[in-house]
Amino acid sequence: MNTDKQLKFRNTARRGAKWLERGVEGLFTASGWVSIVIVLLITIFLFKEGFGLFQSPTVEKGYVLCVHPSNPVERLNASQIKHIFDYETTSWSEVGGADLEIRPFRFEEIFDYYAEEEFGPDYEFLPDKLAEVVAGDEGILAFLPEQYLPADRSGIKIVEAGNITVTDFFGGREWLPTSTPAPQFGALPLILGTLWVSFFAILIALPLGMGVAIYMSELAGERMRKVLKPAIELLAGIPSVVYGFFGLVVIVPLVQRAFDLPVGETAFAGCLILAIMALPTIITVAEDAMRNTPLAMREASLSLGATQWQTIYRVVIPYASSGISAAIVLGIGRAVGETMAVLMVTGNAAVMPTSLFEPIRTIPATIAAELGEAPAGGAHYQSLFLLGCILFLITLVISVSAELISKKQRQAV
Amino acid sequence: MIEAKNVNFYYGDFHALKNINMKMERNTVTAFIGPSGCGKSTFLRLFNRMNDLIEGTRLTGECLIDGQNIYDKSVSVVELRKQVGMVFQKPNPFPKSIFENVAYGLRVNGMKNKKEIEEIVERSLRQAALWDEVKDKLKKSAFDLSGGQQQRLCIARALAVSPTVLLMDEPASALDPISTSKIEDLIYALKKEYTIVIVTHNMQQASRVSDNTGFFMLGELVEFSETKKMFLNPDKEQTQNYITGRFG
Amino acid sequence: MEQSKENEFSLQLKASGYRLRTRMTQQVAFWTIRLLGFVVVGILVWIQGFIIVNGAGVLSWDFLTQAPTEGMTSGGIFPAIVGTLCLVVGSMVFAFPLGVMAGIYMNEYTKDHWTVRLIRVVTNNLSGIPSIVFGLFGMALFVNTLGFGDSIIAGSLTLGLLVLPIVIRTTEEALKAVPDSYRSGSVALGASKLQTIFRVILPSAFPNIITGLILAIGRVSGETAPILFTAVAYFLPKLPTSIFDQVMALPYHLYVIATSGTDIEASRPIAYGTALVLIIIVLAMNLLASFIRKRVSRKQR
Repeated sequence: MNTDKQLKFRNTARRGAKWLERGVEGLFTASGWVSIVIVLLITIFLFKEGFGLFQSPTVEKGYVLCVHPSNPVERLNASQIKHIFDYETTSWSEVGGADLEIRPFRFEEIFDYYAEEEFGPDYEFLPDKLAEVVAGDEGILAFLPEQYLPADRSGIKIVEAGNITVTDFFGGREWLPTSTPAPQFGALPLILGTLWVSFFAILIALPLGMGVAIYMSELAGERMRKVLKPAIELLAGIPSVVYGFFGLVVIVPLVQRAFDLPVGETAFAGCLILAIMALPTIITVAEDAMRNTPLAMREASLSLGATQWQTIYRVVIPYASSGISAAIVLGIGRAVGETMAVLMVTGNAAVMPTSLFEPIRTIPATIAAELGEAPAGGAHYQSLFLLGCILFLITLVISVSAELISKKQRQAV
Repeated sequence: MIEAKNVNFYYGDFHALKNINMKMERNTVTAFIGPSGCGKSTFLRLFNRMNDLIEGTRLTGECLIDGQNIYDKSVSVVELRKQVGMVFQKPNPFPKSIFENVAYGLRVNGMKNKKEIEEIVERSLRQAALWDEVKDKLKKSAFDLSGGQQQRLCIARALAVSPTVLLMDEPASALDPISTSKIEDLIYALKKEYTIVIVTHNMQQASRVSDNTGFFMLGELVEFSETKKMFLNPDKEQTQNYITGRFG
Repeated sequence: MEQSKENEFSLQLKASGYRLRTRMTQQVAFWTIRLLGFVVVGILVWIQGFIIVNGAGVLSWDFLTQAPTEGMTSGGIFPAIVGTLCLVVGSMVFAFPLGVMAGIYMNEYTKDHWTVRLIRVVTNNLSGIPSIVFGLFGMALFVNTLGFGDSIIAGSLTLGLLVLPIVIRTTEEALKAVPDSYRSGSVALGASKLQTIFRVILPSAFPNIITGLILAIGRVSGETAPILFTAVAYFLPKLPTSIFDQVMALPYHLYVIATSGTDIEASRPIAYGTALVLIIIVLAMNLLASFIRKRVSRKQR
C-alpha cells in the first residue's frame, strides 16, 4: 500500500516535468522559426503598403482634371500633367489634342477671377463659377476638387488620369512626390543613384580591401594580425551616423576644395564614406577565403620555383576567388543599404546620375528623408514602401548570390 | 651530389634532427624509413628549404648540393626549389586544368613560348606515364582525375621544370596498390635522369625502389647503407628490430 | 662520376635574369600591399582621432548629465543618453531571450535538418536587410498597425528584430563549441534533454553567448535608421515615463544637430561630444566582448 502510493506520487511528478519539458521545447521551436516569421512579415507589410501605390490615382485624391467639352483629349499621364502645370508643355497638340495653347488652371486661381462675395456666404455658387471658367476657355486644363464640381457636367469634360502605373514608377525619371496636381514617382534616378554610388564605392574599396586582406592572410605575422583584426572590427562597429558626421565635417569640405566644386555634398563624397564602411566586410570575408587556401597548394607552388607573390596571385587568389566574389557582393550589399551616412553627405538631389561630382540621392536616403513627412496611407507613403521593397529585393538577391557563391567554394574544396 | 654535414634542426625547443651526416650520389634513389615522427620528412624538406615556411625553426650544420651550401645567403631559394623538385604525400594539384597544372612551373619561371610549353607539358606527362590517359582531356580540371592519376600529374608537374633532384614525401601513401606500383615503376624509370630521395613508411617499397636506405629514429640517423645490406644484414640492432618488427 | 663532369652539371643556384625580375615584382607588390594596409589603419586612426580630439574637450560631467539648452546649442545630452539606454534595454529584453532560444533550437534540437538549414539561410538574409527597411517595417507594424505610436516599445521591438540574427548566430556558435561529450555525459547520468541544456550546456556556453549580447548592444546603440520613424523625437523637454513615450537617442541627436539644428555652427561642439560618446560605447562593447572571449578561451584551455 505504502509503496504503491509512493510510486503514484513519483509518476505524477514525472508527468508534470514532462509537460513542462514539452512546453519549453515548444517555446524553443517557436523561437527557432522566428527569423522566418519576421522575414515573412517584413515581406507582407512592405509589399502590401508598397503595391498600394499602383491603386493610387495619378492626381491627388479628391481632385480631378477638367477640360473644355470640345477638347478631344481623353487621357493624360502623370508626367504630361506635371509638364503642363510647369508650363513646359504649352500646346494641346503635344499631348494628342488640337493645336491650341494650354491654359493650366489651379483651383485657387478662381479667387483671381471673382470677388469673394460672388461665391455666396457658404460658397454655394463656387461650382457654377468653376464651370463658367472651364466653359469659357477652350484651352483650359483645370485642376479642381471633386466636391466643387458642378452638378450639371455638360459644360465640362473630365480627363482620365488613371492610376499610377508600374512604368511610371520604374521608368519615370522624376521624383517629385509632393508636386501638385500630379506627384511624380519616377524611381529611376533613385535606383540608379543607389547603384551608381555603391558601384564606385566598391571600386574604391576593392583594391584597399584586397590589399589589406592579402596583407593579413599572407604577409602579416601573428602579432600584426592581432593588432589589425580588432582594428577592423572596430571600423565595422562605428555607427553609420558617426561616419556620416565625419563625412560631413571632413570629407565634404575636402572634396569641395580638392575638385573646386560649388558644393562638396556629392556622389563622390558618398562613395568615399561608403568605401570606408564597406572595407571591413570586404577585408574579413576575403581574408577568410584566402586563409582557407590549403597549405598543400602553397607548398606545391613554392616547390616549383614560384615566388611568394606568384603563389599569391596565381594560386591563392584564384583558389579564393569565390570567397572574394562573395566579399565584393556583401560589400555592395552594405553600401546599397546604408542610410544615414549617405543621407548626410550626398546632397540628396533626386536627379539622374551623370557625374560623380554632383549631388545624388539613394533609395535609403530618400526613405529616411521623406517618410517623416509622408502622411500614412497616402501615395507618397506607399511609394516609399515600394522603394523599401526594391531595397529589400536587392539585398535579398545579394544575400542569396553571396550564399551560392560561397557554397560553390565549399564544394570546390 | 647531395650532402648533409652535422645537420641539427629545431622546431622551437624541440630538437627534431640530431647531428646528421649523409651523402647521396647522382642518379641514385635514396629511401628514408623510420617510425612516424622520426624526422625523415623534416630532413627531406631541408633540401628544398620547405621548412623555411614554418615559423620558429632553426638549422645548424650544412646542406650541400653539388658542393654549394643551399642555406648560403647568396643562394636564391626560388632557384633552388626549381632545381630540387618535390612531390608531396597527398596529391595536391591546383584547381586548374590538367594542362595548366603541368605548365604552371614553366609559367612562373618565365616561359612564354606557347609551342615550347606544349612540348614540355607533353614530355613531362609522358615521363610520368600519364600522357596516354589524359591526352584527350588536357583542358579538364585536374580534380576529375583519380588519386593515383593526380599523384602522377603532380610528378609530371615537378618534372616539367627539369629539376636535378626529385624529393618525394611518401608519394604513394594515399594511394591504392595498383596506383602505388605504377608510381614505383615510374621512380625506377626516372632514376636514369634524376637524383631521387624518397620518404616512405612502407619498407617493401623502400627495398623495391631504392639503392640506398637511411633509417631514422627519434631524430637520429641510425643507419645508412646500401638497401640490400640494410634489409638483409643491418649493422644496428635497432634497425633489425624495426625491420623485422614490421614484417613479423 | 668524374670530377670534370660533376662540375659541368653543377647547379646554378644564384638568382639571375628573370629571377631578379620576379623578385623585384614581388618587392613592389608587397610594398604596395603594406602601403594599402597602412592606409586602412590610417583611415581608422584618422576618424577615431578626429572625433576624439574634437570631442574630448566637450566631454564633462555636466555634458553627460544635463539636458540641451538654447535650441540644442549648449547644455548636455542627458535625455539622449537615457533614451538610448531605454532602447538598448528594451530591445535586449526582447531579442536576447528570443535569439538564445532560437539558437538552442537550431543547435540542440534539429541539428543538420533541412529546417535548420532553411532557418540559417533566412537568418543570414535577415542580417543582410538594410536597417532602413527595418525602420519601414517597424513603422508599418508597431507604430501604425499595432498602434504603439512613436514610442520606446516600437523602437525597441524594431531594433530587437535588427539584432536578432547577431544573437542567434553567436548563440549557435557558442553551443557548437560545447563538446559533445558534455551532452552524452549528462544524458548518461539520467538527465533529461532539457536538464542537460539548462544545467550543463548553457552554463558552459554562457560567456560566449554573452559576447553576442554585448555586440548586439553595441550595434543597437548606434543605429539611427530603424528608430527614425518608430521612437525618436527631435527634442523633448522631459524624460520618458512609460514605454509608450517618445525618446531622444544619441545617434539621432547627432544626426539632427549635425544637419538641421537651429544653429549648426554653434552646436558643432555638442555634435563632436555626442559622436565621441557613441564611439566610446562601441569601443567599450568591443573591448568587453573580446575580454570575455579571451578569458573563456584561457579557462577552457
